[in-house]
Amino acid sequence: MAGYIFRRVLQAIPVFFGTTFLIYFMVFAMPGDPIVALFGDKTPNPAVIEQLRQQYHLDQPFIVQYFLYIGGIFRGDFGTSFSGEPVTQILARTFPVTIRLAVLALIFQSVAGIAVGLVSGLRKGKLFDSSALVVSLILISLPIFVIAYVAQFVFGVQLGWARTTVGPGAPLQDLILPAIVLASVSFAQIVRLTRSSVIETSGLDFVRTAYSKGLSRKRIVPVHILRNSLIPVVTYLATDFGVLLVGATVTEGIFNVPGVGNTLYQAIIRGEGPTVVSFVTVMVLLYLVVNLVVDLLYGLLDPRIRLVK
Amino acid sequence: MTATDASTSPIDRDSITPLLEIKNLQVGFRTQRGEVTAVDGVNITLMPGKTLAIVGESGSGKSTTAHAIINLLPGSGRITGGEVLFEGRNIAALDEKQMEEIRGRKIGFVPQDPMSNLNPVWSVGFQVEEAIRANGIATGKQDVKKRAIQVLSEAGLSDADKRLKQFPHQFSGGMRQRVLIGMGLSSDPKLLIADEPTSALDVTVQRRILDHLEKLTRESGTALLFITHDLGLAAERAEQLVVMYKGKVVESGPSREILQNPIHPYTQRLVAAAPSLASRRIQSASKPLEDLGYEATRVTEGVDLIAAAESRVDAHAAVDSAPIAIEVRDLTKVYKIRGGKGSGSTLKAVDGVNFQIAKGTTMALVGESGSGKSTVAKLLLRLEEATSGEIRIDGTDTAPMKGKSLLALRRKMQPVFQDPYGSLDPLRNIGNTIAEPLGVFNVGDKKSRRARVDELLDQVALPKALVTRYPNELSGGQRQRVAIARALALKPEIVILDEAVSALDVLVQAQILQLLSDLQAELGLTYLFITHDLAVVRVIADNVSVMKSGRIVEAATTDEVFGNPREEYTKELLDAIPGANIPLGV
Repeated sequence: MAGYIFRRVLQAIPVFFGTTFLIYFMVFAMPGDPIVALFGDKTPNPAVIEQLRQQYHLDQPFIVQYFLYIGGIFRGDFGTSFSGEPVTQILARTFPVTIRLAVLALIFQSVAGIAVGLVSGLRKGKLFDSSALVVSLILISLPIFVIAYVAQFVFGVQLGWARTTVGPGAPLQDLILPAIVLASVSFAQIVRLTRSSVIETSGLDFVRTAYSKGLSRKRIVPVHILRNSLIPVVTYLATDFGVLLVGATVTEGIFNVPGVGNTLYQAIIRGEGPTVVSFVTVMVLLYLVVNLVVDLLYGLLDPRIRLVK
Repeated sequence: MTATDASTSPIDRDSITPLLEIKNLQVGFRTQRGEVTAVDGVNITLMPGKTLAIVGESGSGKSTTAHAIINLLPGSGRITGGEVLFEGRNIAALDEKQMEEIRGRKIGFVPQDPMSNLNPVWSVGFQVEEAIRANGIATGKQDVKKRAIQVLSEAGLSDADKRLKQFPHQFSGGMRQRVLIGMGLSSDPKLLIADEPTSALDVTVQRRILDHLEKLTRESGTALLFITHDLGLAAERAEQLVVMYKGKVVESGPSREILQNPIHPYTQRLVAAAPSLASRRIQSASKPLEDLGYEATRVTEGVDLIAAAESRVDAHAAVDSAPIAIEVRDLTKVYKIRGGKGSGSTLKAVDGVNFQIAKGTTMALVGESGSGKSTVAKLLLRLEEATSGEIRIDGTDTAPMKGKSLLALRRKMQPVFQDPYGSLDPLRNIGNTIAEPLGVFNVGDKKSRRARVDELLDQVALPKALVTRYPNELSGGQRQRVAIARALALKPEIVILDEAVSALDVLVQAQILQLLSDLQAELGLTYLFITHDLAVVRVIADNVSVMKSGRIVEAATTDEVFGNPREEYTKELLDAIPGANIPLGV
């Protein structure tokens, strides 16, 4: 077990270098001069430009910039943004907010999605199932900003159940509505995934054998059908966590959440290499950790993939 | 079969009321084209403590009948008519709640496929214990556990107490089947329904498990409803037989009687085709067959395994001096096992195997699963590289072959695999499937390829109209014929048949064996016939090599192996052929 985790951590090393290099390269290759862009319409003093270039190592060749940056990371220095704030501080400020939002969304979509999907699958072709399919289709088809604006208007403005924008410090109760919006698309996917998985499992031989043993449906559904059906759903949830982190950009924008999405978007526009790469790197690392946790979780769900001791 | 038939047996006095009486049972499946009748007017009577077998090919409605009894019909299936009287009560009319009381508690069920009938995510102990708890056999953690250990030990699982915590994937097929039998019997039911309980298992395992099942049901006085496609097996294990065909009972009565004097033409065909029975008949054929009075063999539609086997013996004399087509010397294959204790552990799948096959003859490679016989096939086909040893095809070592010469080897040597469902591409029609090898080797033009496909379809006795059909529209037997046609497309000299008939119903199996025999005579093919079933070996092979744990333990002509087996293991395999103990002759 420990050996397995160690191997997985080792595997993360090339992933780390690969992603940071690629992202850094892409930011570097973006058109436009970030320093000139900083000054907007004003014509800056060439000496100032030169000084800024040196400060941010922009006068060095790409590969040197990259290694200077990587070297900094290992000293705990993620660089500074153009506004002079250390990137570590920005990370510390924004990531907790977005992670809170993503986890909240993950909880909503998995609990509601699995519950609705299970009932749908067990009542295939009945009214509940058909309605769930229609609703999930609508949610999948609608762009997320439409759902966000509608939810903001209905629940925030008209009903007044929630605040339309998230207040400073992003308290949990303010994040509930954005989290539901963020979860909506994946909720629909999970409903469909769980439904088809439940239908498939219900037809398997061991379910019939369970009935033949004299077990009641009340016992068979959770014990023999649900648990087996969850394996593909868990896979989806794992990949979706990454999507939630990144996909929060739109939702965060609409609800004014001071999270990763907003900040990253601004940094990309400004061509701030260190900020963009740092954010993406942390995201990649988070993603790797989540995937490792899910792989370990598989073992709990399915003993066949329980790791060799 | 009637109640009076069974009660002529003097053993039980309380057999006045049958335990199970199925009256005019009708089962239908709703489809888009309306209701399809799967079981049509079946009558079965089973006395307490007796054994009855339902025999039939796949699709005959035998399993559907069994599922209808405990109301576990798949999908849209439902009972559309008739009665299922269990202890005098019509259980077909019970609701789900009442049925739960019957299932497990009164009627145990042992399903067909041990691989798919245990939930892979729960431990074996958990699955046995939940049955015991649901049926109220024991309460309290310790008592339930004790009972679980007891039933599993009774079902023949050694170290049951230690194995409770293990998961199904850590068990072999035979062990899983024992678990399923233990589960079925865990609540001391009055009736046990066993749906092909051993058809997925090796013959020797099958025999041990059936012996055990017989002992258990006899000791506890449980009646057994046994479902099988193998008439030999049914006759050996059951007092009464019911033969089903296309949803109807075509014949029923005492087993011996049916076997020795089948009345319905379908039963006659079954008797003639069952390889287990055919091979027994050949064995006792020191007397001319006519003397044995087996009329049944004469009425089958072009399928006469005995004649095939006889002509083989005649032909065998002629090919004695034929050149060697395949020669294998000291063939060894070692697999590295990943994740085991100590990274250096290895498995010798094939261990110093030697054999020769003369041109135009058939050698059967026989062994149980895990004996390494399929690995030999893979090595011969160069799908895997041998660790050491030599394979010579027509005198040429195949190991150094690469590129063009390897392609030429592949052209000369074609495989047919076990699963006719998995070995055909579902998205390719039959014509394209058969023509594919011709395309790979650039043989002829479009027109000549079409002509060749027609010719091949003709050779394997399939209608030409199949060219545009897809595999899912074909039966298992037809698919296997397509696989054979594809193998023959390039006019190979050697065909490697890896369990090529094992997945087929007996009648279809007999037809394919006949076809292989005819093709060999016609085209002078050399066969390596890999199987776990000694029964079919008798009718197809000239020589037999018996494999065990990667080694060939016995190699001789088919007659010698069957008539005078030297190794204990071979004897065990031979004894395990179902029907071996049925007295033959008039």
